Amino acid sequence: MCHSELRSIQKNLNQFHAVGIRPVAISVDTPETNRQMLSQAGYTFTFLSDPNVETIRSYDLVHAGQGEGGHDIARPAEFLLDSQGVVRWVNLTENYWVRARPEQILEAGALLK
Amino acid sequence: MNIKRFNWQIWAGFVLTIVAGFSFPFFFVNFPLTRDFPWANLLLFAAAAALLFFGLKRAFAATKSEDGGPKRSTLSKIVASGLTILSVLIIGLFMFSFFVMARWLPPSTGAPSVGQKAPEFTLSDSTGKTVSLSELISSPIPAQANTSAPKGLLLIFYRGHW
Repeated sequence: MCHSELRSIQKNLNQFHAVGIRPVAISVDTPETNRQMLSQAGYTFTFLSDPNVETIRSYDLVHAGQGEGGHDIARPAEFLLDSQGVVRWVNLTENYWVRARPEQILEAGALLK
Repeated sequence: MNIKRFNWQIWAGFVLTIVAGFSFPFFFVNFPLTRDFPWANLLLFAAAAALLFFGLKRAFAATKSEDGGPKRSTLSKIVASGLTILSVLIIGLFMFSFFVMARWLPPSTGAPSVGQKAPEFTLSDSTGKTVSLSELISSPIPAQANTSAPKGLLLIFYRGHW
């Protein structure tokens, strides 16, 4: 339902690439679902599937029982990692509707070398 | 229907309340400015509340109303009250879901913080190919002309279809 964040990433994808940031989206959706969504919405960046909530759990982002049929899903969160895989910026929203904006992320991208 | 008798304010207020509520998930959520804080919806709700107020006033006017219509029937008072109560419920539900329910998120105190190394993972992309975090960091962005590895990775966790 709320894909405005993913859309805003796609819209600014050239700017992200220009500063050397690779966006990667992660959810519990299967590759099949992602493939359909990508072709429908026209997203051209990487979408990864974590149907067993393993990665989402290792990042402590599980929102228990909030998915379809009471499945565990991810709460919204954004991390900016540097080339060593170290977190340089993180956004854990306190309100489901409030998400990181592209300009915020691009600003944080200045921290990368 | 006699347009002078028709209590249009109460109906307009009710319809505007519904529009104000549904315009968030179906329209205003698409723009960060109206998504992060629902000021557009709050303005619409305020306009709806004003209409409902004047509609109620009209329905419960003790004497002949200034528009020349007769004193309103009991039915019109019941309808006006009912629509107002429904509208108040809708507004309350919206406020509750935006300002209270939307904050029911796990605290995620164990999430990697600034300065920590992000946990490694290996997941399938939309073509079914498995990719690891370290591969994403060390391999060039396919869409880019230059072949150097990215300076950074933006991980976006989202809830997915439900």
